Amino acid sequence: METKILEQLVAITGSQYAKTTAAQKLAYSYDATPNFQAMPDVILSPGSTEDIQAIVKVCATHRIPIISRGSGTNLAAGTVPTAGGVVLLFNRMNQLLELDEGNLTITVQPGMITSEINALVEPKGLFYPPDPSSMNISTIGGNVSENSGGLRGLKYGVTRDYVKGLTIVLPNGELLKTGGKLAKDVAGYDLTSLYVGSEGTLGVITEITLSLIPAPASKQTLLAFYNHLEEAAEAVSSIIAAKIIPTTLEFMDKGTIETVEDFMNIGLPTDCEAMLLIEQDGDPLIVEKDMALMHQLCMEQGATSTQHAQTEVEAEQLRIGRRSALSALARKRPTTILEDATVPRSEIANMVKAIQQIADKYDLVICTFGHAGDGNLHPTCLTDARDQEEMLRVEAAFSEIFEHAIQLGGTITGEHGVGEMKSPYLEWKVGAAGMEVMRNIKKAVDPLQIMNPGKIFAKDTKKRVVVQHG
Amino acid sequence: MASVQTADIRQAFVTHVDDNRLMDCMRCGFCLPACPTYIHSDQDETQSPRGRIALMKAVRDGTIAWDGSIEEAFDLCLGCRACEPACPAGVQYGILIEETREAIQSVKKQSLKERIVRKGAFEHLFADQRKMKTAVNLVTFYQKSGLQKVVRKIGFLELFPPFMKEMEQILPEPAKRSRPSMDKAQVQVKVAFFAGCLMDTLFQETNRRTIELLEKFGCEVVIPKGQQCCGALHGHSGELDKARRNARSNLAAFDVVGVDFIVNNAGGCGAFLAEYDQLLEQDPVLATKAQQFTAKQIDISSLLVKLGAVAYLESLPATASTELVTYQDSCHLRNVNGVKEPPRDILKAVKDCTFVELPGADLCCGSAGIYNVLQPEMASRILASKMMEVKGVQASTIITTNPGCLLQMKVGIEREGLSATTRALHLVDFMYEKVR
Ligand SMILES: Cc1cc2nc3c(=O)[nH]c(=O)nc-3n(C[C@H](O)[C@H](O)[C@H](O)COP(=O)(O)OP(=O)(O)OC[C@H]3O[C@@H](n4cnc5c(N)ncnc54)[C@H](O)[C@@H]3O)c2cc1C
Ligand code: SF4
Ligand code: SF4
Repeated sequence: METKILEQLVAITGSQYAKTTAAQKLAYSYDATPNFQAMPDVILSPGSTEDIQAIVKVCATHRIPIISRGSGTNLAAGTVPTAGGVVLLFNRMNQLLELDEGNLTITVQPGMITSEINALVEPKGLFYPPDPSSMNISTIGGNVSENSGGLRGLKYGVTRDYVKGLTIVLPNGELLKTGGKLAKDVAGYDLTSLYVGSEGTLGVITEITLSLIPAPASKQTLLAFYNHLEEAAEAVSSIIAAKIIPTTLEFMDKGTIETVEDFMNIGLPTDCEAMLLIEQDGDPLIVEKDMALMHQLCMEQGATSTQHAQTEVEAEQLRIGRRSALSALARKRPTTILEDATVPRSEIANMVKAIQQIADKYDLVICTFGHAGDGNLHPTCLTDARDQEEMLRVEAAFSEIFEHAIQLGGTITGEHGVGEMKSPYLEWKVGAAGMEVMRNIKKAVDPLQIMNPGKIFAKDTKKRVVVQHG
Repeated sequence: MASVQTADIRQAFVTHVDDNRLMDCMRCGFCLPACPTYIHSDQDETQSPRGRIALMKAVRDGTIAWDGSIEEAFDLCLGCRACEPACPAGVQYGILIEETREAIQSVKKQSLKERIVRKGAFEHLFADQRKMKTAVNLVTFYQKSGLQKVVRKIGFLELFPPFMKEMEQILPEPAKRSRPSMDKAQVQVKVAFFAGCLMDTLFQETNRRTIELLEKFGCEVVIPKGQQCCGALHGHSGELDKARRNARSNLAAFDVVGVDFIVNNAGGCGAFLAEYDQLLEQDPVLATKAQQFTAKQIDISSLLVKLGAVAYLESLPATASTELVTYQDSCHLRNVNGVKEPPRDILKAVKDCTFVELPGADLCCGSAGIYNVLQPEMASRILASKMMEVKGVQASTIITTNPGCLLQMKVGIEREGLSATTRALHLVDFMYEKVR
């Protein structure tokens, strides 16, 4: 970047809010995605929407890439500045703008940490359900841009279901306001939804209005342990078939249980093959009834034992355990590559089985955990990025896993987004026509291609590896 | 900045910093909310555990040219190790930062200020317990002789960094030796007491009380002669060889087999002693002894709780006094030794005080060895926010379990003008008050 442009940009925020040292550039050259790294030219912390408009205008004039970055916890290289440019931080824009109890909405700046939203609304008896496992670190701007889901997704849906309105700085520096507090609003294209999950490629989100719901009156937590993966998967299917919608229905396999226990020491049995974490919330009588029935279904499908959380502290420990699963798996091998394959819920057992077979075929260690209740699995390969031969096998195995997921009617990402890492696979899911519409939207909104370039849209689509009998 | 060649420093990193430990970090960021320097730098990823590990890796891999900004990121780390229990992946950050500092020390020419502090501290004061005593005697003389008053008047201390000036104000009064006042109980266990260099000089009185308390709760206490500073200050600053030297003297001084526990009353030392096994892992002669030594480490609060102090305190009659007491964790005691509840259990058991949890008690107070001398700005920011919390809970007594933290709390109290209403005490001194 030319010094003159750099000076212009730094002048907008003031030098105390600009990072330019070698160490700082390196510290913003990666996110939680393995094997991606690239240096930005400068890192800026704007203090307001106006600051961002000014920055975007300078960048548009000189065609400089802008990478919006929350906490860099995404798993798709969405914030790696692979084309250089400006990394925008929201650490100064993390304030509550309005809590509207009359309309059950909260309006916040994008840098607010996700879990803080609940800390703000809970005292009022309100509740913001989306809870990605990273919620103590991730920002709400990142959640909206990735359309993140979480442990409560089965009953309450994902971030999209709660985003009511957005303020966005467009790639030309102009301001767009979408949606609002209205419960009903069908005027024109649903631009709010277009921006949810757009991964910073269509503009910079600077204000977010979310809907809230009344906090559930009670909650119960149950663990069920199995000697066979299939039995756990069948239990999931039978719960869904019994027309119960639990808040949480999470799956962990043996390898995952072992590592989580290693980190947490909460007494999980490490000799079982699979575990379900089940929660229900709501009216105490209904919760009681649902839990009893789910317990019975779990036993019928062959659970070797079950365990009720006795206190909220104990329940929270179990949730933290599940949320730490991915990071805890990093204990086993140097590199941890997680995927986000999602299938219809009825296909969970088939998918889990297929993942095991594919792991065996390529001689790899793949542990699986995930949101079994909504079909969203996280097969996680424990490998070593320094071993090139093994990395080739990893890539082949994941291609096959995606392929299989799509064959079962699934998708390549349930909640983590496409970013740069999964861009070569997007066409598999949305087809040529889908890619064409998306490309045209991108071209229309961001003709100069300055908003997070290189993300979502790949240079090449991966060839499908398995094309036999579909 | 002294000129350090990128190639040299890279080679030093390759030699000293373990690649496999670096690879353990999967960059999930779970450690970020636990890290005081990340929080107090307005969430600068450079000042986070994840960022520092990425920097270590980049220097080692040669993907970044060495400059002052990288060095600063390492210097600003408190070494409080709050990132370790927060990390699901089990990254051994403490070892990584020590190895990093060792690598840097091995090539770097230090600034004059740092050289003087280091030489004075590591090669004399903290290397030899007798020198430490002499130094403290000088301070005592200085306080007693009236020189202190004169010096304060002429503003001589303006010449020193602000922190030194404050240290001078808060140095404890020279100990007036009080006579033992507690009965001994029947001996249940035999313990060796690690006296600690600062504890044994500046806080001699606290050490004496520690021993009395131990005896009251049924310990036979031996104080091995020839013990030295644990070596933590050396180790944390990249002088691992000097730390090993001290560790070897201590292993020689302590009879590991003949005692049930080796007890300490300083969180920072305790953590370092508990890792002698790692420090001397490669030592052909002493590795096994170091493991035994490590296995017997215990801190005073855990041992007292084990020996029934909680029930005893609860059995004491209540008085009318209602003191509001809070507790600042010693980072190392909490993060390395995992001791969280015992000090709190003791405070909760004392009848004539009310215990309030200090919000953010688990976050480092900014003392961290000689951090507050070398990084006064960040240390001040951290301390200021700590004192905000203290004011918030309106505690009249702040309890600590480490001499560094105790001094830091005292500095905080002075700075905020709270000395009329708030005091800082070592847990042992507080308990001693109550038990008598
Ligand atoms: C251990 C672990 C567990 C996880 N668990 C889950 C989970 O359960 N469910 C889930 O869905 N995800 C999960 N994730 C993925 C990740 O945490 C989420 O995608 C999260 O929403 C990212 O938030 P962030 O603030 O870190 O955003 P970042 O990673 O910084 O950014 C994510 C994307 O959003 C864009 N962006 C950020 N802010 C803005 C803005 N203001 N305007 C425009 N674009 C913006 C970025 O450009 C980028 O493309 C997990 C990640 C980890 C490491
Ligand atoms: S929590 Fe552990 S693995 Fe995750 S970024 Fe921090 S050090 Fe790395
Ligand atoms: S040791 Fe403390 S200051 Fe250093 S990175 Fe870890 S948490 Fe942060």
